[in-house]
Formats: sequence, structure tokens, C-alpha cells
Amino acid sequence: MKLKIRKNLALIDQHDKNFMYGGKFGGNFIPETLKKPVDDLTNLFAKLRKDKKFLKERDHYFKTYVGTPTPFIKLDNLTDHLGGAQIYAKVVSEANGGAHKIYNATVHCLIAKKAKKKYIVGDTGAGYAGKMLSMAAKKFGLKCKIFMGAKDIKRQRPNVEAIKKNGAEIVSVTTGSQTLVDAVSECMRYWVSNCDTTHMCVGSTVGPNIFIKICAWSTAQISRELFSQVEEEFGKIPRKLKLINCVGGGSSAAGFWNAFMNTTAEFIGVEAGGPKNSRLHAAPLTNGSKIGILHGAAQYVIQDKEGQIGSTESISAGLDYPGISPLHCFLKDTKRARYTSANDEEALSAYKLVSRLENISPSLEPSHAFAEAIKLAPKLDSTEVIIVNSCGDSIKDKDIIKERLGSYTR
Amino acid sequence: MKSKIALAFKNCKREKRPALITYTVAGDNTKNNSLKILNAISKHADILELGFPHNTPIADGGQIQGSSHRALKNGIKLKDVFQIVKKFKKNNPDKPIILMGYFNLIYQNGENNFLKSCKFSGVDGLIIVDLPYPENKNFAYKCKKKSISFIQLISPTTSKERMKKIVKDSHDMIYYISMLSTTGGKLKVSPKKIIQNYNTIKRINPKKNLVIGFGITEKTISSLKSANGLVVGSMLCKIIAKSLKMRQNPVTKLAKVVYNLKNKIL
Ligand SMILES: Cc1ncc(COP(=O)(O)O)c(C=O)c1O
Repeated sequence: MKLKIRKNLALIDQHDKNFMYGGKFGGNFIPETLKKPVDDLTNLFAKLRKDKKFLKERDHYFKTYVGTPTPFIKLDNLTDHLGGAQIYAKVVSEANGGAHKIYNATVHCLIAKKAKKKYIVGDTGAGYAGKMLSMAAKKFGLKCKIFMGAKDIKRQRPNVEAIKKNGAEIVSVTTGSQTLVDAVSECMRYWVSNCDTTHMCVGSTVGPNIFIKICAWSTAQISRELFSQVEEEFGKIPRKLKLINCVGGGSSAAGFWNAFMNTTAEFIGVEAGGPKNSRLHAAPLTNGSKIGILHGAAQYVIQDKEGQIGSTESISAGLDYPGISPLHCFLKDTKRARYTSANDEEALSAYKLVSRLENISPSLEPSHAFAEAIKLAPKLDSTEVIIVNSCGDSIKDKDIIKERLGSYTR
Repeated sequence: MKSKIALAFKNCKREKRPALITYTVAGDNTKNNSLKILNAISKHADILELGFPHNTPIADGGQIQGSSHRALKNGIKLKDVFQIVKKFKKNNPDKPIILMGYFNLIYQNGENNFLKSCKFSGVDGLIIVDLPYPENKNFAYKCKKKSISFIQLISPTTSKERMKKIVKDSHDMIYYISMLSTTGGKLKVSPKKIIQNYNTIKRINPKKNLVIGFGITEKTISSLKSANGLVVGSMLCKIIAKSLKMRQNPVTKLAKVVYNLKNKIL
């Protein structure tokens, strides 16, 4: 069966009555205890997204708290250096807190308030989702707990400190690989035990369907802004346009592409290829992983023949996840987007080149996207436009970069 | 013909006591030991739940995660789980065995293939933690056609409306989760309240066998004995972990504990 995207229907709403995209991705594979909280949240969100007052509130906080629009800039030096396509960046790292995770965190806090919950919990890998949730929780007066893998706590120190400073409790997750996948599991288990008092925020477009929806609906702000910015810059949407975004869980990419769904823009998602010469990676779409169930949703996921979830490795904590949003599985199978990977070394070189030539300094996650832009641009001519979502700042990775490259410059 | 699960409940009712249902993980701490454990505890337990471990569980507490981890580290595979059941059933053909786990393993194995192996090895029932109603309808129907009980769960968050549907579609057993918790949490609701909720479900259809699980230990089991059955899991997993740590034999240790549990509900 050939999968198709239905016209005039938002990407997040392309599921069937079982909440499956294309009949095979997503759904709600959850314990009975979570059925009601998930249903309640589903109903509440359905109401809120049609509520003009709520939308006004969201826009108000996006404007005054998140800071919109984030800059859209031409990377003249990089363009000249590579001598091909014109390269631009959407500098989402200029949003409050320094990454796209602020949109989802803000919306979840607003929803938690409407649901009259006093506590909020969330997972984090790179630490941004945790940092933003702790920030927003503080702003909106919610008590916050963040689940983070012990390995990530060590390698993302600046964000860990920010979370603590915001007054949130960090729960160090020491099971499994001690990274994002285990943090999400532990957070869900916590919610199973505390769903009567506590709201859960999933840090990306993964998990039971409602979390995918809320997250992509929130990050969609990125492309809403970008669409006008691109129109303003070029007078219209350029015919040959490539939108390149890193994908971990896929929230950044989904938000970056959403408003361009019905244009000719090409979507390229870049997964984490892991260390060069290693068999480990975090790129289920690129490497043809099979469909499986992870964290309540069917998706392409790194796993063994039995169905045990596989180990991953990536220099970027934010991309180091064995699964991928059902939305991206759907975009891949409908051929609306294509996916590739960049390895650790390519991401490091991209970080270095962009930081040296330009006024921005992407973190290791968007450096994966820049690596792809750097590969592609020289092969294209100047009528082609590439926009990269620079959705995080390298400051959080300074320890890793120092260790790998000897020094850190921003 | 009545299923082995239904017969087990019938026997217990005749003896005016709840069924004692144990949960251990296949391969914890070795394939051999988990089989020996089943053999040993089956003298006192009425129904045996056997977990097939998954490395990314979203509803298991620390003890069961520990058991699963030990089993997976020992290389347990689905085919070993079925071997364990088959060997157990050779000596205990009438003792019902229920496999419990997460759906991805079944999904990768193929639903039909998985059920064929269940049938072949003698599995009597299935509990799939992350396949709730109504998503489970199709698979539950396949189970029924193969005379394997698909056992559904009801939780304190389950609405009355939903309860009715779940009870209506249920097979030989329904599982009530005592409280909002992953497995192995401390019992944070009073036994009285649990029994109240239990009775609410029971009233929907008194003929259905309803068991209570989560947080049940030696200390709490007797206060819940008006139920049709009681599941003890994490406590057993904990004892395996403890005996391994103290270099004691988990098999004899567990047999003793299950014997004691049984005495508390007679
Ligand atoms: C800066 C940054 N970019 C990208 C990601 C990847 O996340 P996603 O693909 O879910 O947007 C993360 C995740 O933590 C991140 O921190």
C-alpha cells in the first residue's frame, strides 16, 4: 500500500482512529493505568487548540517569554567558502534558554495549569528539554522533576547546572545505557505511579500519540515564523529550497518543516551516525531499522531480532536515542522527507567550520545538520537555497568539544 | 471444556480461599534455575505467571527490572522461555502458566508465530502490559481461537464505562492493579479501599475471576484474601536478588517463601 499525506490536514492529525499514522506508526501502547490520563490529556488538548483564548495566551508567552521570531540569517562566509548553494540559518538557539525545547516546555506548563496539576515531570537527554521545562515550571509555579541518564548528567554539565538553578529536582537514571532512552522510560514509570497529581511532558515528538501531537504543535512555531521570513527575504518561497534539520526524537525537524508541507521545499533529516568506524549509531531511518514499539508508540527503532531495544552511540546526547518520531517514519514512507546521517567526526568538523566562519556556534546536534549542508552545498548552484535549523548552542558541549578538539571556541 | 486457569479457580473456590499466583521472570537468574523455581513453587502456588523479559519496560518497578536484567544478561531468548514452559509442563501438565511481558517481543516474533509457540509449549494465558483495550481486541480474539486466555488489566484509573467493556470482553481471568504504581511499589492504598474497588468490578459480573496484584507481600496478603486470586511478584524477585547476594540457593529460598504465603491465605 502506498502511503500518502492527506492535503489540508495538519501533519499531527494524519492518524487513523487508533492514532496510527499510515496505519503502522504511533498508537498508544501503554499500560492500563495510563489510559485515562492519556485520554484526559487528549481531550483537553483537543479543546485547547481550538480555544481562541488559549491560543492568545500561547502567542503571548511565545512572544514575551520565548522570544519570537528567532533570527533568520544568511551565512555569507560559509556560502562563499563552500561555493555553491546559498546557505541560511534559522537561529532557534536564540530562543529563551537556547534551544527549540522551550516551545514544548512552555505549552506543557500552560496545559498543566489548565489541568490543575501542581507537579510536572519530564525527560531529557542533552539537558535542554530539562532545562526548559525547569525554567517554564518555575515561571508558571509548578514543582518540577527531571529524569536524566547518569551518562548524560556527566556529559552535559552546563544544562544540568541550569536545571538545578531553576529549582528542579534531577533524578539520575542508572538503568540500561544511562542515556535518553532510559530517562524516558523512567519518567513514564514515574508517571504511572503519580498520574493523579502530576503532569508529564515528553521532551520530543515521541511517546503516546498525545505527546507527539502537543510537541509538534508547539515547535510548529519555528516554521510559522520562518515561512514569513523566507517570503520576506525572497519575495516568495524559493522553488529550490532545502530545509535541513537534525533528528533525535524529531521535534525540532517536525517544527521546522510543518508550515512548508505543501510547498516544493525538500526536507532532509540528519540522524546521528555515531563514531566513525563503529557499528553503533542512533540512526534508525538511515540504517533501515525495523518497526517496533518503544515508549508507547510503533516506529522504526534500533533493536535486535527478538525485539530488545538496541544500544546506540552518538557524540550528541540529544540525538542519542534508538527510536524516532512516528511522524518522521510517516514522512519517510510517504517520501515527503528523506533521511541521512552524519557521524561524530563530521559533526565536530561542521561545528568547527561554522563557528570559525560565522557569528553562530551550533551545538553538536545541529552540527549534524550543518555537516549535511556542507556536503551538499558545493554540489549545487547559487539558485539553490539551503536553510539549516541551528537549534542549539555549542556552549553546552564545551567539555566534549575541548576533549575532542583540544580547545573550545565559540 | 473448562480451561486449566478456570479449573484452578474452581478448586480454590471449593477450598474457600483465593488462588495464589506467583510471578517470576524466565531466565532469572539462569534458565535452569528459573525452571527449578517453577517446579518448586508450583507445589504451593495455583497459577504461575512467568515474565518474558524486555529491556525497555515502561511499567516495571526496580525488582522486576532487576530480574529481567539478570535474565537478559544470561542471554535468555523467547525460544528459551518456551522451552522452560514446555519442560515444566511435562511434569506439571495441569498447572496453569501465564506468560507476561511487553508487546514488542510478540510483534517481532509475529503474533501467529508467537501463539503457535504458546500452544506448542503449553502456555495457558497471556498478560501483555502495553496492549490495553481496545487496541488488544484483535490479538485477544486470536488468543481465544487458540484457547489461550488473554488476561486484561483494570486499574484504579479505569472508568466505570471502560471497566464494563473490559469485563464483557474478558476471558478466564481479569487482573486488578491495586494502586497507581509500577510493580513492586509499597502498598500505598489501604487493603480496605482495595477490596472496595475490587468489589465494584466484581459486581459488574460476579462470575468472572478477578485477581489483585501489585504491592502484595507476606505482610499484606491475608488482608486481601476475599479476592478470587492474589498475585505476588516483586517480592519474589527481591528474594531471588537477595539470595544471590548472600550466596544462598534461590530455589529453596523461594519455595519456602511461597509456602508461607500460601499458609497466610488458607
Ligand atoms: C540542541 C538540540 N537539537 C536537537 C535535539 C534533538 O531533538 P529532536 O530531534 O527531538 O528535536 C536536541 C535534543 O535534546 C537538542 O538539545
